[in-house]
Amino acid sequence: MHDLLRRYGKGLTGAFVLLTAFWLLVLIILPNLYLLENSFRPYLPKVDMGGPLDTYSLNNYAKILTGESPTNVFGLTVTLPVHVKSFLLTVGYSAFVTLISFALAYPLAYYLAKVVQPKSLPTLFLLLFVPLWVSEVLRSFAWFIILSLKGPLNFTLLGFGIIDAPIRWIAGYQSIVIGLVYTYVLFMLFPIYNAIQSLDTNQIEAAEDLGSPWWRTHWRVILPHAKPGIASGAVMVFMLSAGSLLVPVLLGSTDSNWFTQVIQQWMFEAADWNTGSAYAFILLVLCTVFVSLVMRVFRVKLSDIAK
Amino acid sequence: MHKTRNYLFHLYMALFLFYLLMPLVVMGGAAFNDSRFPSILPWRGFTLQWFSELAADGRMWTAFRNTVLVAIAVVAIAVPVGTAAAILINSVTGRVRTVLYGVMVAPILAPGAVIGISTLLFWNQFSVPAGLHLSVLGQVSYIAAFVMLLVLARLQSFDMALEEAALDLGAGHGMVLRRILLPHLYPAIGAGAAIAFFQSIENFNVTLFTRGNADTLTVYVFSKVRTGITPTINALALIMITVTLAGAVFYELRRRRLERLRGE
Repeated sequence: MHDLLRRYGKGLTGAFVLLTAFWLLVLIILPNLYLLENSFRPYLPKVDMGGPLDTYSLNNYAKILTGESPTNVFGLTVTLPVHVKSFLLTVGYSAFVTLISFALAYPLAYYLAKVVQPKSLPTLFLLLFVPLWVSEVLRSFAWFIILSLKGPLNFTLLGFGIIDAPIRWIAGYQSIVIGLVYTYVLFMLFPIYNAIQSLDTNQIEAAEDLGSPWWRTHWRVILPHAKPGIASGAVMVFMLSAGSLLVPVLLGSTDSNWFTQVIQQWMFEAADWNTGSAYAFILLVLCTVFVSLVMRVFRVKLSDIAK
Repeated sequence: MHKTRNYLFHLYMALFLFYLLMPLVVMGGAAFNDSRFPSILPWRGFTLQWFSELAADGRMWTAFRNTVLVAIAVVAIAVPVGTAAAILINSVTGRVRTVLYGVMVAPILAPGAVIGISTLLFWNQFSVPAGLHLSVLGQVSYIAAFVMLLVLARLQSFDMALEEAALDLGAGHGMVLRRILLPHLYPAIGAGAAIAFFQSIENFNVTLFTRGNADTLTVYVFSKVRTGITPTINALALIMITVTLAGAVFYELRRRRLERLRGE
């Protein structure tokens, strides 16, 4: 701080502090505190606000426990509240999307970092970046066309005689998973590529010379080195998936209900902003827990993830 | 053995690229198909009808104008804020730095819906109605973090002795900032501005919760897909893809030419 004052003087240092304070306080901290405060207050008509009915309670959070819905989990019938079920399904499918993205991206990241001719890398990267230049809404829309009942996918499969009748792709959660993987797989690819790229190729060759089979080289040499990249990719893909609203709305079916959709219903259909805040806060807690879990398991720092 | 392995890898790469790019081709191609429902198969003949319908769509033009205005406002706020924050955090150490850094990057990791709702509620308390001005503030809260990270990375290669020298030679504080620090940061600030602009155009989650009744392009496309969907959206998509790709290819070619020139 003294250093700043000496180099830029009172005026400029004050300006830096003010701008940063505006960002941190007015745009981040206060809105989130207010979100938390609101989530404990009841949803009231304007005249009753601040009146005797306006007291703090956990009622908004308790709403998540209402409305039973019997669910079949591996043959067992479990009765879960509707919104808890949607929350758990969101977490489960987001984790699933993260796993698939990893499985798709890891071989490719290795290929880009260690196998391919370096001179073709710029072109490959240009091609890989293309979808990132296209907005998320359009990418989901593209899959909406492809997966529709009379869409190109069914048309092609029918044409080759692989299937006899068109498949209803947009059903349950499968179309959401397809859309999310497509939209976010690149967020897994680039961090892992960066991590593997920094591995000395001599180490891989040494392992091979010493007779290590390819899978053990990956397991013992390359994967451990790629850990920060995997952590970063997993956090990005999981967060973006769990927080996505576009993909579940555009590619969801009548039986799917993503947790962000539930929040949106509280905010706009029920116009109950207080319960909406409570649910939004639950989502925020989920994300915080997930990030700290990944940081702990992979032993990485926040600055490794946010790159 | 490596030969088979490499062959499989090349094949996988090709398949992956097909998987990434094919949906965009399908979407673009459907813009020319003479069919009420956007699809590429079956092909019912070539038409430019959807482009003229798009051009006549007033709501789309309003949404387009809004998107650009919001993006410009986001750049105008996020770039100074992010740069100031980077300079500030670069000069503190220890626990304070860890905490500040955590608060700054947290919005990148927070779901957009949460940012949107908290912004909406916070300003509503001061009777500020929902609208695009709130979308700007909500977007800045996480986009400024991208600018901060880029500028902070650039600051690592900054030689502070230059500033000392300037001060010793009698330069004022303003001149040190303007003539020494900022010129060093310009590449990062420029990249930050570009990223801020694109992030803002792409944003959906924050905008949806804060926009009030106003449309941006992403929200417009979204509502079209949900209500009456026609290939005009594909026409719009094709134009957007073409413009951004032309920009990306131009940038890449320029980069390669500069690299060649430097090599000579």
